[in-house]
Amino acid sequence: MTVVKSPEKLTVKDLTSDQEVRWCPGCGDYAIIKGVRNALAEIGTPTEKTVFISGIGCAARFPYYMATYGFHTIHGRAPAIATGVKLTNPELDVWVATGDGDCLSIGGNHTLHVIRRNVDVNVLLFNNEIYGLTKGQYSPTSKIGTRSPSTPLGSVDNPVSAIEFALGSGARFVARSVDTLQKHLPGVLVRAHGHKGASFVEIFQNCIVYNDGVFAHFTDRSVAADTQVHLEHGKPVLFGKDSDKGIRLNTTTLKLEIVKIGENGITEDDILVHDETNKVLATLLAQMQAPEFPVALGVIYCEPAAEYTSAVYEQIDAVKKQSPTPSLKELLHSGHTWQVDA
Amino acid sequence: MTIEAETPENAREGRKEMAAVSAEEPVLLPREELDSVVIRFAGDSGDGVQITGSQFTDTTALAGNDLATFPDFPAEIRAPAGTTYGVSAFQINFGARSIATSGDVPDVLVAFNPAALKVNVDDMHAGSLIIVDTGTFTARNMDKAGFTSNPLEDGTLEKFRALKIDISKLTVEAVKEMGLTSKEALRCKNFWTLGLVYWLYGRDRAPTTDWLKKKFAKRPDIADSNIAALNAGHAFAETAEMPGEISSYIVPPAALEPGVYRNITGTDALAWGLLAGTKLADLKMTFCSYPITPASSLLHALAGLRHFDIVTFQAEDEIAAVCSAIGASYTGSIGVTSSSGPGVALKGEAIGLAISTELPLIIVNSQRAGPSTGLPTKTEQSDLYQSVYGRNADSPVVVLAACSPADCFEVGIEAVRLTTKFMTPVILLTDGYIANAAEPWRIPDVDTFEPFPTEFHTDTEGFHPFLRDPETLARVWVKPGTPGLEHRIGGIEKSYDSGHISYDSQNHQKMTDTRASKVDGVADHIPLQDVADGNDSGALAVIGWGSTYGPISRAVSNLRAMGKDVSHIHLRHIWPFPRNLGDLLGQFDNVLVPEMNNGQLVNVLRAKYLVDAKGLSQVNGQPFKIATIEDAILKQLEK
Repeated sequence: MTVVKSPEKLTVKDLTSDQEVRWCPGCGDYAIIKGVRNALAEIGTPTEKTVFISGIGCAARFPYYMATYGFHTIHGRAPAIATGVKLTNPELDVWVATGDGDCLSIGGNHTLHVIRRNVDVNVLLFNNEIYGLTKGQYSPTSKIGTRSPSTPLGSVDNPVSAIEFALGSGARFVARSVDTLQKHLPGVLVRAHGHKGASFVEIFQNCIVYNDGVFAHFTDRSVAADTQVHLEHGKPVLFGKDSDKGIRLNTTTLKLEIVKIGENGITEDDILVHDETNKVLATLLAQMQAPEFPVALGVIYCEPAAEYTSAVYEQIDAVKKQSPTPSLKELLHSGHTWQVDA
Repeated sequence: MTIEAETPENAREGRKEMAAVSAEEPVLLPREELDSVVIRFAGDSGDGVQITGSQFTDTTALAGNDLATFPDFPAEIRAPAGTTYGVSAFQINFGARSIATSGDVPDVLVAFNPAALKVNVDDMHAGSLIIVDTGTFTARNMDKAGFTSNPLEDGTLEKFRALKIDISKLTVEAVKEMGLTSKEALRCKNFWTLGLVYWLYGRDRAPTTDWLKKKFAKRPDIADSNIAALNAGHAFAETAEMPGEISSYIVPPAALEPGVYRNITGTDALAWGLLAGTKLADLKMTFCSYPITPASSLLHALAGLRHFDIVTFQAEDEIAAVCSAIGASYTGSIGVTSSSGPGVALKGEAIGLAISTELPLIIVNSQRAGPSTGLPTKTEQSDLYQSVYGRNADSPVVVLAACSPADCFEVGIEAVRLTTKFMTPVILLTDGYIANAAEPWRIPDVDTFEPFPTEFHTDTEGFHPFLRDPETLARVWVKPGTPGLEHRIGGIEKSYDSGHISYDSQNHQKMTDTRASKVDGVADHIPLQDVADGNDSGALAVIGWGSTYGPISRAVSNLRAMGKDVSHIHLRHIWPFPRNLGDLLGQFDNVLVPEMNNGQLVNVLRAKYLVDAKGLSQVNGQPFKIATIEDAILKQLEK
């Protein structure tokens, strides 16, 4: 991704379009767009070089409110459109704004492929575990037992774990944050932008109308210290108000466990050190669920690999080097030809 | 070795004894001159039938004949050997005159195995020549083909001239020295046979020898063996090991318009046409597709042209293919996607997005027989309704149809011209027949083509993304990356005056009307409809579209030569129709619409012009026979 700093510093205002925002009052999307604008102001890519692509749903209205280029497309297909954009102009910064239904249900196939191809786009999943715009049906990330208009007795199917899906698809960058974590979210987004290849960021987003408080058990300020762990590469995985709780890898069961420093002879040396480049670890951390475990936030996995559009253009450049001035006329006359005289 | 010839004359008298194999000096009889010949090669999928056919085609084109071909292969890649459903065929019609179709009825059948004979024998006319490889007529193969008795002996071939040769054995003998495995040796039998057929029609072997040397440059033993087989088959025929009833022929060159010619398939012509159009529009192409028969070959062709700055993308599915093409067009390249009917059905919603956001997009549909999976390798033109009407809501697009393999070049250019000029999706229809068939093509001078360079909007003054050209109603095309023109578009209805989201009811009426007017207005920028053959008024107009061009043109010209009052009109622009089409049809007492579907264009014409057009429908997976159309015309004229 080419980062060209504007002559003047980009501000949040520069990134805000003149369109009236139509999300419900109190929607987590307000916080997310604020976090995104802050991140983009920090990144500093000129607004004309940034494109937001979305599918359908509440999250998909996102591009209308950004003063960048934006394309609000069809349900689930944003990753495919974004791939076409990036294939045509790899110089653009391409972001996909998507919801849990858009990304993991109707568009699950495209999410899989944009990730496995490692196309240099940033996929922001606004996960609220519900269908908002269609009025409250359960979603592919809803927990079993979710009561909704389409599941009045509670849903019976297993939810998908977004981060595990992304890792399984071959993601080289996965991260997590929360809509209201305004100090945390922009930093994660800046990291996602800096990663060359597909970046997948799950943002827990509160739907105030259809699923209010679904993440409160780990996002509420009163419990956050004990229910969230903020990962940092090379640092021990500690949490708790006094940072005295930690995650340890039990090498016998190959499972993570919570330990307390100072209890049973545990010292900080026993605590797992986060390694962004360790995919096995990333999977274990992604699996941690509240309230049994703290929820892992931050960059869970980052291990860059060859990027798709670069590889495509390397091939094109190589064949162009072999025939630098291809002629349509010569192409038409290639192979067997014969002259018919008058 | 068994060689036997049967003529219609001796067939009537009953079976004759086998003709003796002559060991005498060859008597060079003068070659019999023919106006045109239809040959069908048929065998197992693995017999190399398509290669044999395409080699005969290239050589025939070089000999100056006009020609048309029809490759007809099974859906299975390698169906079980010897089965009737595994039979692959290649038909070529070549002549000293202009050739419009691959021919109604073969004059020659080359059957590489019993199944090939079983499947094709009923298509042959009395007296036609059938060449069979007797080496494959084992009890097991005949049983697999469904013969209850040996067709070589039970009178099945009585009414034909049958040339029964143990080609398998002769091929193995011919390549004995080459050190191939017996399996590899047997694979050369298509070239042995080709050598024989080359002798029959006085064809030069050199182009095929050159081709083999190039093709098998890394396996010279394979190249040499096939060349040895080719020469042996030729020598076999030449040294008069042939029965006297089989003469040799000459088909003189056709009187073609002067110029440089080449053979071209519809696939290559379309790939090159799209490329030429892209160059004339001063754009790059991003071609996004998902494999489907018979459309995949276009992806293969364009993937080989990346040095022309073409980006090709094999998407994860049909929807991703069209969506990535739309993403490409949004970004300022010409987005093209291609598929066949079932795949185009999946693309429907996304085509609607391109209509709503008024972006260029070309959708190529290589039609095949349906519904559903239908007959994937068989031709049909039953997606006209899908193209014109097959989306939710009022969603007009431009629809074009190519009428022959070579015509794909011009139609490809026309698709690029219209999609960029009008900022609207264009559906380009071909079919399985056009995609695979080949014909000689007079190579146009691309330097003389009028360019139509694209102008991207860059002016910030008074900008909004739905500013329109007052004449074409096309909206401005803005590349992301253009400073000062950042804007948002999408599938929600947009305000006519600002491009912003609008739920206003009057605005939706206005935008719907505008999209309709824009596509309707394309008719002012395309040629008026001409008459392909005949007068512009009279007793009967035969109106066609797509690959029915060949049989209709031949049927009409045959009947006009007999003094019948019939004209041929052929549509390239299916939607919108040329402005004068209604008036033109009104000049005829009757209108006949032959189509390889259950009646689609006929109903569109009836709805649009209230004309009492009659349909002639055929959906048997095969192109129309000239005779079928002649009969229908005569019936109409008798009324």
